[in-house]
Amino acid sequence: MAKLAKSPWLLHYDASSCNGCDIEVLDCTTPRYDIERFGIINTGDPFQADILLITGGINNQCESVVRQLYSQMPDPKVVVAVGICACTGGVFKDCYNIKGGVDTVIPVDVYVPGCAARPQAIIDGVVKALEILEQKRKAYSEKQEQDSRA
Amino acid sequence: MQVVSVVLYLILAPFVGALLDGFDRIISARMQGRKGPPLLQPFYDLAKLFSKQMLAVNSVQMLLNLSYLVFLAVAGAMLFAGADILMSLFILSTADMFLVMAASSDSSPFSTLGAGREMIQIMAYEPMTLLLAVGFYLATGSFQVIDIIRMPYSTVLTMPGFLIGFFFVMAIKLRKSPFDLSTSHHAHQELVKGLTTEMAGPTFAIMNIAEYYEMTLMLGIVALFFINENWWSWPIAIIACLFVFFLEILWDNVCARVKWRTLLDSCWVVTLLSGGLNGLILMLIR
Ligand code: SF4
Repeated sequence: MAKLAKSPWLLHYDASSCNGCDIEVLDCTTPRYDIERFGIINTGDPFQADILLITGGINNQCESVVRQLYSQMPDPKVVVAVGICACTGGVFKDCYNIKGGVDTVIPVDVYVPGCAARPQAIIDGVVKALEILEQKRKAYSEKQEQDSRA
Repeated sequence: MQVVSVVLYLILAPFVGALLDGFDRIISARMQGRKGPPLLQPFYDLAKLFSKQMLAVNSVQMLLNLSYLVFLAVAGAMLFAGADILMSLFILSTADMFLVMAASSDSSPFSTLGAGREMIQIMAYEPMTLLLAVGFYLATGSFQVIDIIRMPYSTVLTMPGFLIGFFFVMAIKLRKSPFDLSTSHHAHQELVKGLTTEMAGPTFAIMNIAEYYEMTLMLGIVALFFINENWWSWPIAIIACLFVFFLEILWDNVCARVKWRTLLDSCWVVTLLSGGLNGLILMLIR
């Protein structure tokens, strides 16, 4: 497999989750699921992350934070929405403060449904994101070559 | 001969460091009941980092990181050339200053705080490294590495205290718990990523390669304790290095991070007790 797919580093952000999905994300790092097997690290630093995992819907308070985190990540990058709240807003959809899913503010590449999303589903989602990441990397390096020629 | 060993060091040290890091991550994972990443994971990480966008927060950070790399390579090259160990250790501390500057050149509060902690770490390990050079002089009558490895017996016999002290401060240099205050290899810590917080892609890769040079240099100093004029001391030295490295990993996994005050106190006390006493004894029996 290619470069990025072998060493994807995650950034996990809790937008307005009930913490159910967050615990499942952390579960992935425990001995039972051990995502480090795939070279995946949960870094916590947007500057070094390749995949942004977001749990929970977007509200007015966290909207700017999500935008900033996304803009701080170097290209190529992908976004995974974990849990039904992050996909559509879920049970909180009609709350006065909820804007909806993560895709109302930044582009989302993979949607992982479930309430809470199971660790297996999250790992599946991340593996799916790796394919997209690889496509993006190719597009990115082609674009850079074109830029350097121009 | 010296040229060969310097060239070998400059070329091979990053590979040796990355391989050791791969072993480190697997052994740590096994200690935690996990399977861990593949052995070559550090190489995949480096390849990935170099393929990422160059997201520089300012134009000087990359330059400072490169200086960190070059100074560490020079410090290591001096040791492997058989030159002055005192000089090599001085250059080692100079290199660290470049990292501190690189970290404080950006505006992130996390990396500024990390830079401050790195300074405290320098203060904590510096006395031991200086004493170490003096210890080698007392034990062998020379600061030159080439003379030290031509002794009829291994220096560890006369300076075991220094080895203990050096093992203690090596945890700081290898960024191992309990002393990984400024930045940590582990995913979670309270300072985000400490002094590397705003280093992205290639800049971070350069910093990692520099750390691999440093790792090899540290183990080289450990080997210096064991090598003597006999050929069989070399395999013993390599085994000793691997054993010391394993002990550092074990220590890393069983200890929680300490506060900066404990770091300073414990390092200085250990330096004084093990290095200082050993030095005094060496002075008396000379
Ligand atoms: S999907 Fe369910 S578990 Fe996850 S944040 Fe929403 S309500 Fe909580």
